[in-house]
Amino acid sequence: MTQQATAANTEMIPVTIDGKETRVASGTTILEAAKHLGIRIPTLCYHEDLCVEGVCRICVVEIEGMWTLQASCTYPITQAITVKTHSPKVRKARRHILDLMFSEHYGECYSCARNNNCELQNLAQEYGVDEYRFGHPDLPIFNIDKSSFAITRDNNKCIQCRRCVRTCAEFQEVKALENVGRGNKTAIGTFLDKPLGEVVCINCGQCINRCPTGALTAKDQTDLVWDAIEDPTKHVVIQTAPAPRAAIGEEFGLEPGTPMTWEMNSALREVGFNKVFDTNFTADLTIIEEGTELILRLYKTLVQGDTSMPLPQFTSCSPGWVKYIEHFYPEYLGNVSSAKSPQQMFGAMIKTYYAEKNNIDPKDIVSVALMPCTAKKFECNRPEMADSGHQDVDFGLTTRELAKMIRESGINLPDMPKSDFDSPFGTASGSGVIFAATGGVMEAALRSVLEFVTGKQVENFYDHADIIPVRGFEGCRYVELKIPEEVGPVPAIIQHLVPDWNWIKGATVKVGVAHGTGNARKVMEDIKAGGKFSECHFIEVMACPGGCLGGGGQPIPTNLDIREARAKAIYAEDRAYGEAGKARKSHENEAVLKVYQEFLKEGPCGHLSHKLLHTDYTPRGKYID
Amino acid sequence: MLISQHEQTLDQLQGLVEKHGDQRNALIPILQDFRDQSGQITDYAMQAVANLLKIEPSEVYGVVSFYSFLSERPQGNFVIRLCRTISCDMAGKQAVARQLENDLGITFGETTKDGRFSLEWANCMGVCDQGPAMLVNETLYTKVSPEKVGEILDSFKSRA
Ligand code: SF4
Ligand code: SF4
Ligand code: SF4
Ligand code: FES
Repeated sequence: MTQQATAANTEMIPVTIDGKETRVASGTTILEAAKHLGIRIPTLCYHEDLCVEGVCRICVVEIEGMWTLQASCTYPITQAITVKTHSPKVRKARRHILDLMFSEHYGECYSCARNNNCELQNLAQEYGVDEYRFGHPDLPIFNIDKSSFAITRDNNKCIQCRRCVRTCAEFQEVKALENVGRGNKTAIGTFLDKPLGEVVCINCGQCINRCPTGALTAKDQTDLVWDAIEDPTKHVVIQTAPAPRAAIGEEFGLEPGTPMTWEMNSALREVGFNKVFDTNFTADLTIIEEGTELILRLYKTLVQGDTSMPLPQFTSCSPGWVKYIEHFYPEYLGNVSSAKSPQQMFGAMIKTYYAEKNNIDPKDIVSVALMPCTAKKFECNRPEMADSGHQDVDFGLTTRELAKMIRESGINLPDMPKSDFDSPFGTASGSGVIFAATGGVMEAALRSVLEFVTGKQVENFYDHADIIPVRGFEGCRYVELKIPEEVGPVPAIIQHLVPDWNWIKGATVKVGVAHGTGNARKVMEDIKAGGKFSECHFIEVMACPGGCLGGGGQPIPTNLDIREARAKAIYAEDRAYGEAGKARKSHENEAVLKVYQEFLKEGPCGHLSHKLLHTDYTPRGKYID
Repeated sequence: MLISQHEQTLDQLQGLVEKHGDQRNALIPILQDFRDQSGQITDYAMQAVANLLKIEPSEVYGVVSFYSFLSERPQGNFVIRLCRTISCDMAGKQAVARQLENDLGITFGETTKDGRFSLEWANCMGVCDQGPAMLVNETLYTKVSPEKVGEILDSFKSRA
């Protein structure tokens, strides 16, 4: 979203920056031109994902012939200029700007979650801040807001760069955060300055991932998890979602997109978890439940004329999206799949099926979930998420929190030997893995639904079972897929729900994919206006840009290149499953099929499934008393 | 029929949206008119106007908290706003402020018990050469001195 030169205005203009010459399209900013020349200009309020605001001034440069310094991130080049990026005047200005920031910055780096990964701290070091020329607060000015299950706000560390405000407004269109007040009283606040836990916030954590400082952090629960691990009476299990594996290496200095799946399993056992499970097991289970629900919805609406289960069906695995629709479009909650998210399905299965099988009292089980996500912390605390008779998932840890626990255990993750997941859930299918990327749930569901209906391998229709049309990073995608004329028998597992496939053969299935709730809003408005998305049968929405791989609990920093690298790692892992002869489709997952034989005997969407694996939603609306 | 405070607010705002339009740039004129009609911009009014303009309540709060003229607090019949910016400060606004507080028996940010006068700070009114400057509702007073304060207040005390 940076200011790119428009096609209509492609005049090339000569620029000299620090003695290096180049030509750039008219309208290019000095910052972009410098980057092009390999010259680094420091920035704080600028972020590649967001529109330019130009409020921090740290990026100032000197332009020959101009009296005042200019902010390079906002200055469009329209005529030949000569720029100095670190002249004495510039360096002095930057020091003053930093000193001014520190005059209002209360926080200690040693105890800060962003120690060693803080853009402000880095700049202080880079510019040799050695004294607080304009003073330094001795006491905190703001209270720390810990009201949210997911996000902690410490305005004492805020430098008012407003990246969080722009993230919440541009990416998510939630607008929980806003600049409040005026002049030296300005601060980042919420509606009526209420605690974040009481306003409309979807807990996505995208603001955290773009905050340059420790002002926004995920609520840290590592101490509670350590306590559980140290407690000999507790059986502590962890399920790990697919997205953290593709990113946790970044916390240990590896390139984005270096998968750490098998090393992480060993590290988790070393940290002290009794069992390490793969959330993809319940991702596969989700596909069976949600796919069955979709078939039911289609059958009821299109064949039986029963409107009790409306179309399109929306996915329900992203808790940020679920809270978004509860607040902004509560009238569409009937369209949201009643299937719980994989995290919550696993929680319910661990404290019932697994506890029973292993003769463990569910009250002694502490169930931890490693997630790329801060909204999962809210989700596991929803009062309805206790169908096992206990809180189904006790703690949701982010990728960053887990990396901290691994470091605390003296482990360098990349050095760990590789090991597999624990039984009885074992290794899931490749379809579970791709849940981490936008379009992944859709692709996984389509693989299974296509095979259910045709009785043939998806590979007959899509090379390597890669349903490429639903992949990609475009914000809203609309795809049509043709169901072949030739259908197969209804598989045993859902025979009790539909008699045959004659009603669907030759049909065109219309699906939609959106990521980032700003894009979800576009889809919802289109549906309300009767646009093409209103004709969809199934729509996948992920609250975070890029899907879970860009989640609010993932390593910082984030940008499009990093998210694309993580996506590559995820699709490569799915491919590798196929090459190693492992299952790539949810309904091929042996452990899942076994669960339907042994435990959920009435099959998908049956009575016990409904009790343990499905849920309902809360229309929240937006009004606050 | 008894209509609730909320319904009345909503009615009022709907009328203002008809007058000023439902684009986001109508926000400030709507808020100004609403303040004039109701003396205060309530929490509910901020959320209701956000809904009508299809923006979010936080944005409305951002605007209301920015402009000292858009008050969230209930205000008296006569709102006195004294400029606190640098030129008025140098011209002696502090003495005027003390006199106002003394004569009204309230401090800045408060309203007299009888609900007639509110005292507020304001930022620059654009008459820096004639400070200290002061507004009482829409009427501007320049070169205000502590001596003049009593006279000005008296002229309002006699009004309804
Ligand atoms: S926000 Fe950055 S500079 Fe401030 S205490 Fe934390 S690490 Fe240090
Ligand atoms: S968590 Fe998401 S919704 Fe909440 S303030 Fe941050 S960006 Fe906005
Ligand atoms: S909370 Fe963080 S992102 Fe938001 S303005 Fe403050 S420093 Fe910037
Ligand atoms: S980075 Fe340019 S003004 Fe903040």
